[in-house]
Amino acid sequence: MSITVVYTIVTLAVIGAVAAVILYFVAQKFKVHEDPRIDEVDEALPGANCGGCGFAGCRAFAEACVKASNLSDLNCPVGGNDTMNSVASLLGLEAVKKDPRVAYIRCNGTCDNRPKTSSFDGATTCAIASSVYSGESDCQFGCLGYGDCVDACDFDAIDLRSELGVPQIIDDKCVACGACVDACPKSLIELRKKMPKNRKVVVSCRNQDKGGVARKACSVACIGCGKCMKECPFDAITVENNLAFIDSDKCKLCRKCVAVCPTNAIIEENFPPRKVKPEVKTEIEPAK
Amino acid sequence: MLKTFKIGGVHPPENKLSKDKKIEVLPLPKTVFIPVAQHIGAPATPVVKRGDEVKVGQVIAQSSSFVSTNIHSSVSGKVKKVDFAADSSGYPKQGIFIDVEGDEWVEQIDRSNDLVKEISIDGPEIIKKIQEAGIVGLGGATFPTHVKLVPPKGMKAEVLLINGVECEPYLTSDHRLMLEKTEEILVGIQLLMKAMNVDKAVIGIENNKPDAIKLLIQKCKSYNGIRVQALKVQYPQGGEKQLINAVTGKEVPSGGLPIAVGAVVSNVGTAFAVYEAIQKNKPLIERVVTITGKGVEKPSNFMVRIGTATSELVEAAGGVPENTGKIISGGPMMGRAIRTLDVPVTKGTSGILLMKNEEANRGECISCIRCSRCTAVCPMGLEPYLLMTLGEKQIFDRAENERIMDCIECGSCSYTCPSNRPLLDYIRFGKGKVGAIMRSRKK
Repeated sequence: MSITVVYTIVTLAVIGAVAAVILYFVAQKFKVHEDPRIDEVDEALPGANCGGCGFAGCRAFAEACVKASNLSDLNCPVGGNDTMNSVASLLGLEAVKKDPRVAYIRCNGTCDNRPKTSSFDGATTCAIASSVYSGESDCQFGCLGYGDCVDACDFDAIDLRSELGVPQIIDDKCVACGACVDACPKSLIELRKKMPKNRKVVVSCRNQDKGGVARKACSVACIGCGKCMKECPFDAITVENNLAFIDSDKCKLCRKCVAVCPTNAIIEENFPPRKVKPEVKTEIEPAK
Repeated sequence: MLKTFKIGGVHPPENKLSKDKKIEVLPLPKTVFIPVAQHIGAPATPVVKRGDEVKVGQVIAQSSSFVSTNIHSSVSGKVKKVDFAADSSGYPKQGIFIDVEGDEWVEQIDRSNDLVKEISIDGPEIIKKIQEAGIVGLGGATFPTHVKLVPPKGMKAEVLLINGVECEPYLTSDHRLMLEKTEEILVGIQLLMKAMNVDKAVIGIENNKPDAIKLLIQKCKSYNGIRVQALKVQYPQGGEKQLINAVTGKEVPSGGLPIAVGAVVSNVGTAFAVYEAIQKNKPLIERVVTITGKGVEKPSNFMVRIGTATSELVEAAGGVPENTGKIISGGPMMGRAIRTLDVPVTKGTSGILLMKNEEANRGECISCIRCSRCTAVCPMGLEPYLLMTLGEKQIFDRAENERIMDCIECGSCSYTCPSNRPLLDYIRFGKGKVGAIMRSRKK
């Protein structure tokens, strides 16, 4: 009886020793050399794995940072400049300062502004609805309101308010990862420069139809009249295909365009009430 | 014994309200809008401009590649504009607007109703003429007919199948055509047989049209090689692959064309169009459209010029009845709901269906209860519940392995689902994505 126990222990010990030796050599042979800095950079990143940087996740981004010779093309939108500074100091590189961005849904076609002319009873996702037809209103460019962007957002930064019919971005939660930009089949969402106090002046419309058609479909559509473009002292506004666009990098938030827009397609947000013309304020305040 | 296809299928209520209504010629509209993309393949290129005078039968848009067709003016008058206008989906499509003035036809067209039986030209010429006449499959898929008639290298067609099944509920345009243009269709079939160089043709007709079966059996005795096959009523028997299976018992391999089993399928409407194009020099400028629905005052079959607005048809049938929930272009199973009545009749419009509110309602979508009815009825032997989930979760590589591209979009799964799940919506979405992936891989 006791001899069996001894045999067992000895046999197992021998097998263990042999396996250990084999494993040691195999491990030596197939050793993967990994730059220890990748772990350090990975540690410094937010770990959201949102893909906003354009890579498959934080680890892939860390690898790209370690390989890169300069950081000008790499940016973690979630962490922003602070994170990129710490990554740069870990790698001994120069950090490139980038303006923080925030997503904005360029459609103000709420139930009041954009009457419904038909109703859809198919699968309730924007991707399918847009592949079948143009939408419940006469505007073929506007928001469908089924919330593919809400599903795509990992940060709970989009609020689908059914009473409005159009989702709204919660600026303080948005990290500008761009997931919603890709999810929107109508390409309504844009990453704009984040202004102090979340202030915004933006053409909240993507309708490229001619003025009359656009206006018939939606009361706050951009009709491409170009008044804002003439008014803008900073050349921030361009009009193309009957649609105005305000470049957020050039805009200085003077709000002159807001005042001249005949259809209230240009929206200002988070400004204090105007002092000079208090009666204009009620008209141009965005629907909330 | 009646034949039918082997796998799946459903039998929705037939509701062929307009089957006894003779084909009437719809009065000429005031304006027409003729889209340049009415077929599968590249859109045609407009060759007229604003202010041009056009005659009936004149080419107004030229085919731009092999898989494309010419578009002819269906009316005479002045071109108002060449512009984009929203079609049934609400997205703008290019087309030609013509203001109708008089009814002047191109001279070569023989407008008489006399039957011309003698075939005077040979096969390749027939195909060329079909191409020039802008003929597409009139069953609804609108695939250019001349492409079908030229088999890929190394393959040979053995039999021509003529689709007189009309398995969609409500629709009766093919049925009426078979009753009223019987001989013309038979001559058209002979022309197609000659073009393809086959000596056998089978007309498949479902058993709910006994008058058409009887008439065609009697008439086809004087035509060599044509026979009629009566089929059990089963949807989607009018699908190409289902018809082949029902008549010949052969199964088209996954991803293959019907020619792989030696068959070519054409609709009876197409056969009639071929007859007119070759014996009468008349391009495809009009077609039979059924206008029907339970609330419709006068369900009818109209001979309609291509480009006529749907509203004219609806007016002629007695207007839009109250409590209409949906207006569908095509049949109830595969047709598409349209947003406005401005949508024009195109080469593929086989019917306009006005559905009542209670019929149109899809019902509340609840969870899948794993009853597997969708799998049982799928005529392609697929698993629709699985394909839907894969489409929903966007797992496209797996969807491709599950043969999502074999789906013929017949809608039997959505029809039969007791939980009212939008199976086909998701499958069609997945098909679009998988198709795009496959094309990008080929490049």
